[in-house]
Formats: sequence, C-alpha cells, structure tokens
Amino acid sequence: MTQGSAAIAGKVSAAAVGLPRLPAWRWIVAAFLIAFAAVLPFGLSNYHVFELTLVMIYAIAVLGLNILTGYNGQISLGHGAFFAAGAYTAAILMHRYGVPYWATVPPAALICFVLGVLFGLPALRFEGPYLALVTVAMALATPQLLKYFDTWTGGLQGLNLVKVEPPSGLSIGHDVWLYLFVLAVLVIAMRVAANILHGRTGRAFVAIRDHPIAAAAMGINTARYKTLAFGTSTLFTGVAGALFAIIVGYVSPESFSLFISLSFLVGSAVGGIATIGGAIVGGCFIQFVPNLANDVSDAAPWAIYGLVMLIFMYAMPRGVVGSLGPWVARLLPRLARLRVSSAGSDEERKGRTS
Amino acid sequence: MTMNESIVKGLATAGLVLAGAAAFAAGQYGPGATDTEIKIGNTMPYSGPASAYGVIGKSEAAYFTMVNEQGGVNGRKINFITRDDGYSPPKAVELVRQMVEQDQVLLIFNPLGTPSNSAIQGYLNDNKVPQLFVATGADKWNDPKHFPWTMGWQPSYRIEARIYARYILNNLPNAKIAALYQNDDFGKDYLVGLREGLGDKADKMIVATQSYETTDPTVDSQVVALQGSGADVLLTAATPKFAAQAIRKVYDIGWKPTHFMTNVSSSVGSVMKPAGFEKCIGIISAAYGKDPTDPQWQNTPEYKDWLAWMNKYNSSANVADANAVYGYGVAETLIHVLKASGDNLTRDNVMKQAAGIHDLKLPMALPGIVVSTSADDFAPFKQMQLEKFDGTTWQLFGDILSGS
Repeated sequence: MTQGSAAIAGKVSAAAVGLPRLPAWRWIVAAFLIAFAAVLPFGLSNYHVFELTLVMIYAIAVLGLNILTGYNGQISLGHGAFFAAGAYTAAILMHRYGVPYWATVPPAALICFVLGVLFGLPALRFEGPYLALVTVAMALATPQLLKYFDTWTGGLQGLNLVKVEPPSGLSIGHDVWLYLFVLAVLVIAMRVAANILHGRTGRAFVAIRDHPIAAAAMGINTARYKTLAFGTSTLFTGVAGALFAIIVGYVSPESFSLFISLSFLVGSAVGGIATIGGAIVGGCFIQFVPNLANDVSDAAPWAIYGLVMLIFMYAMPRGVVGSLGPWVARLLPRLARLRVSSAGSDEERKGRTS
Repeated sequence: MTMNESIVKGLATAGLVLAGAAAFAAGQYGPGATDTEIKIGNTMPYSGPASAYGVIGKSEAAYFTMVNEQGGVNGRKINFITRDDGYSPPKAVELVRQMVEQDQVLLIFNPLGTPSNSAIQGYLNDNKVPQLFVATGADKWNDPKHFPWTMGWQPSYRIEARIYARYILNNLPNAKIAALYQNDDFGKDYLVGLREGLGDKADKMIVATQSYETTDPTVDSQVVALQGSGADVLLTAATPKFAAQAIRKVYDIGWKPTHFMTNVSSSVGSVMKPAGFEKCIGIISAAYGKDPTDPQWQNTPEYKDWLAWMNKYNSSANVADANAVYGYGVAETLIHVLKASGDNLTRDNVMKQAAGIHDLKLPMALPGIVVSTSADDFAPFKQMQLEKFDGTTWQLFGDILSGS
C-alpha cells in the first residue's frame, strides 16, 4: 500500500476507533434519518419506491464490499458471484420448497458466509491485483455455472418467484411493504457492520490492511481475520442478493454478469471505500447514474457514466462520504452546540480531535 | 390588433380546435392513449452481449417514424419509448415498471430476449398490461390460459424443428439422424422439437448428438464425431459463425448427409457466402420471412418498398441484416392491431384485437404465409416453408407447413 493511502487509512481508522462511544447527536441524527426513510415511501409513486428499494439493496451489497476492500484491503471484483449465490439461495428455497420470502434471508446469509470463508482460504495466497484477477475469474464463471446446474437453477429460463404480498391487515401496497422490509434489513446490517468494524475485529481488519507484518507482530492472526473479513463481507452481499431476488421476482444467469461486480466496486469507491454510510451513496450511484446517463445520451450512455465516475473520483478521491464525512462530523456538533449547551461538550471535543 | 385581443382570439381558436377534436375522436382510452397520441414501451439490448439485436429496436422506431409522417394511426401519432436493458432481466423489470407506471404506456411491445421476457411476464400479467409480440424463439409465450396478456410473434424453434422432423418421417423414414447444437436453450429447443416431431421413433432415429459452447473456436471435432456415427441426416442448430464452420467441415471431410440448417443461420450473406456457395448446395432450411440478401426477392415490389424505407428511415442499418426485416414486420403487425382497435384504445381491446388477427399478409413474409391468432392461439406465426439452397439462392419447395 502506498504512503498516501496508508496515511488516509490511518485517519479513517482513528475515526473508526473513536466511534463506539457514540455522541448523542449521532444517535439523534440516525433516529431522524431512519424515521424519515420509513415515512418516505408513503409520499412517492410505487415506481420510485421500487427504485429506492433497489438502492438499499445495492447499499447492503456495497457495504459488504466495503468491509473487505475498504477495511481489510482485499480487492474483490467478484462480489457479483456472492450476490448471485444469495439470490439463488432465496429463489430456490421459495420456488422449490415454498419457503416464505422473509425466511430465505438467514439461509442466504449463512450459505454466503460459508462460501466466502471457503473462498477466503485460497485468497490468502493472493495479494492486491492478483486477488482482483482471481475474483474476476469467479465473476466470469458465475453465469455459466448457473446454466450448468440447470436442474436447480432453471438454466437460462431462470426461476420466476411468487409475488410477495404484504401481511394481511396492513393496508399498504406491495412495494411499500417490501421497501420497509428492506429498510429494516439495511438498518440492521449497518448496525452490525458498525459493531464489527468499530470494535476489536474491525481494528484487526484495519491493522492488517495498513501493515500486515506489524499486525502479525502485535499478535493478530492475520490468516484468520482475513478469512473472517471475506466471510463477513460475502454474508452482507449474499443478504443483498436474496433481497434482490425477492424484489425483482425473477433470477436468471443473465442477471449476474461481470458488470454487476464492477458496479459494486464503483459504488464502493464513489461512496467512500472505508465508510459505512458511503454504501448508501454507492447504492444511489449504481441505481441512478446509468439511467441518468441514458437520458443524457442514447448513443453513448457508458461514456457519460465513465465521465461522471471520473468527476467523482477527481473531486472526491476518498469517495463522497470519505471526503465530506469529516466536514459534516465537525460541523454538526458545532451546530448542535449553538442550539443546546449541553453536558455533551466533552464528547464533542473528543469527536473533533479524532 | 392589440396583444390582448390576439391572446383572446388565440385562446378561442384553441378552444374550438379542442372541442372539435373531442367531438370527432370521442374515443375510449386506457393509459397511454389520447386523441393525438399512442404511447408504446419497449426494451432492447442496445448494449451488452446481445447488442447486435439492437437493430430491431432501431428499425421499429424507424417504422413508426414513417407511420407518423404518413399521418399516424387513425390520426394518432405513435410515441415509441425504447430503452436499453443491456440484456439484463432485472434491468428490464425496472425499465418496464418505469414505462408502465411513470410514462404510462398503453402496452409493452416486442421486448427482446427470453430471460428479460420471463422476468417481466408476471408483472405485466398481474397489472393487465399487454406484452405484445415478444422477440424470442422460446416456445412458452403461447399460453393464453395462464398469461392472457402475453403474446409471441415468430415461429418458435421447437415449431421449426417439428417441421423438419415431419419432413424426415415422410421422406426419409429410415434416416439416421445426427444433431449439432449450441449448448444453450436455443440449441436444446431444437433437440426437444425434433424429438417431439419424431414421436416414439426419436430414440431409434437419432443416432448421435454433439454440442458446442459459444466460446469454442471451431466445431470441427464435433462434425467429425457426428460423421463417425454413420448418420445420413444432420440437423445443425448453430448461430451463423458456427453454422458456416459446420457447412465447410461437412463438405471438406466428404460427408454427404441431408443437412437441415436452422432458420437462424440461413442468411445467404452471413452464412452461405462465407461458407462457400458450392459447399452449401442441397442444404435444407425453413423460412417464414424473406432473406434480404437472397437475390430472388430483390426485384419484387415488396422488397423495393422495404429498401426505400431502409434508405429513407433506417439508413444506419445494414441492408443485409435480417434484423431490419424482423423489426419492419413486427412493427407492421402492431400497427395493424392498433388500427383494428379503432377509437377504443384500452388495454382490454388492444389485447382482444391482437387475439383476433385473421390471415394478415406481411409484405416481407414468404408468399402464402400469414399471421393469425385467436382467443386460444397466441402464436401469430406458425407456418414455415421448406427451402433448399441451389448454390446462389434458396428455392422454396413443398407446401406451407404448420409446426404447431
């Protein structure tokens, strides 16, 4: 890792270390954001609700990638494979065994965790670009493997899933219900990620990324933590895949091309690779920028997409949340102090120095 | 005249015009249809692995431009919204929902690809939105009982294979059949159709099958293996590049089977010419449309109309590209349905009219082959005619056959 990025990583990790004792204003902001997100779909058309549901699903997938690439320094260009594994787990359980949709998410998480750990073991032997290449191979192989095991996966025809109905008694639409369901999973996922990353395990991940030899010298079992980072990461992405299958109502090999893996990495980098909140920005990018690019130019949408990506990376090389986050973190407590002069000023000062 | 006066006059005129239009067209409208416009939605793989098919979407847009310039459909202009799904089913779901819910289209027309259509079928049928004339060769779109809002268009691969099987049973009853197929749904559908057509003789007559992957460099070894089986009939279900390779290899190793070639790879320009005309003599295929590269059509008025349209409206497409013929034909079928719907442009009525096409002749379909549908038959094209390659062009022979 280069000097510059190590320095950046140092700052980020310091911020991460300071987080478990969350200042009160952070809780208030988080509660406000969740409440806002929960009432949002009631004011939108079904289509926009559907779009935002996809944003949240991509955010969970990107969050998984952030754990691996951002916090642990292992580059994966193959997370689409785990996304597909989660999606097919949910789809096969629903389609063949009639399992209710909500009950397919935990098995998808478990299966993808196990797959991730298994893949993480050989991945220990690869560093940086070599690991990226190995994961690309996996992403490329996924659609063909799905076609090969067609008795389970339905082959090219894919699997159609039953439409999810909101619980009877709730007079809300199908799309709004799924939005709330996915929102709940997203909130849980972000909370779990924060717990892992801001604790002992997260410090070990970051230490391995920043200086593996020093980390080992301090007694961190690097092989174990790297494998664990892989499994945790793919668990999140697998959960996202399961939700994706439920929302779209259909899976097929064509749904999981290499492109989706690349999208995750792009979303991760644009949002802020070693952040948790950046995943949501990344999800927005994955969902909206290709459509915007298409509106700007029918002829060359991917050129526009590339241009937008370049602008983001030049303007905010650490991603949107990675670059703007520290500013907001400084600004918000000040604003809070202007209004209420509370006993929290101690913590605020700590927050500022970190 | 003062400014105010002119505004008042203008408003009055506008009011009169509107009142007049309402009085004339007083139609019944579903979403996407008004006195002046019919909104149609479509998804196409303009990017990604299947982007060659994007020509179909462009041709359809070009056809609707021509219709609009000629005054539209019963005075209404077609507003054709076509979006790129990159051959990704989830993207197709998203785009179709956008077109149905945001753009409020009357119907979804000719979305391309078996996976994409499978993905949107449930949604469109749940919401009672017509999914008309889907662009796929799969066999499952003719199912009005379960999916009364979905309709296919072209003859399916299985229909075509059944036609070959029937020909073999009638003319080559002692044939030993070998099949070369692409290892995906397209190729496998030919095997299924062949078995269906042969019935209980299938196991006895089919002596060898070989598949290839689209990533294989050649199909030479498969052809040699099939020759080794002692077969005297070969069915090739391959895409153009591999079809040309197979034709050449069969000729080069001195094998002389009766060779049936999928309609997908019957283009004179993109298969027969690269394989070498002399090596293609005697190959049998089945067709429902006119091959634009086949010289026998190039002096007909229908071809000349098509060519004039290509030059004026669709000049970015290649005149040798059969996809441009496809887009022209399927767009014309839709215009027929919309005209028949008259001023009752509800989704219900459009679907009813689509299921009531009676012997429609399309100019670029083979003479004698017609489009027809009914309430329990959602397969517009069911007929094909066999054709044999004579070294320069396809010679149609025999009756028009139905494979349903």
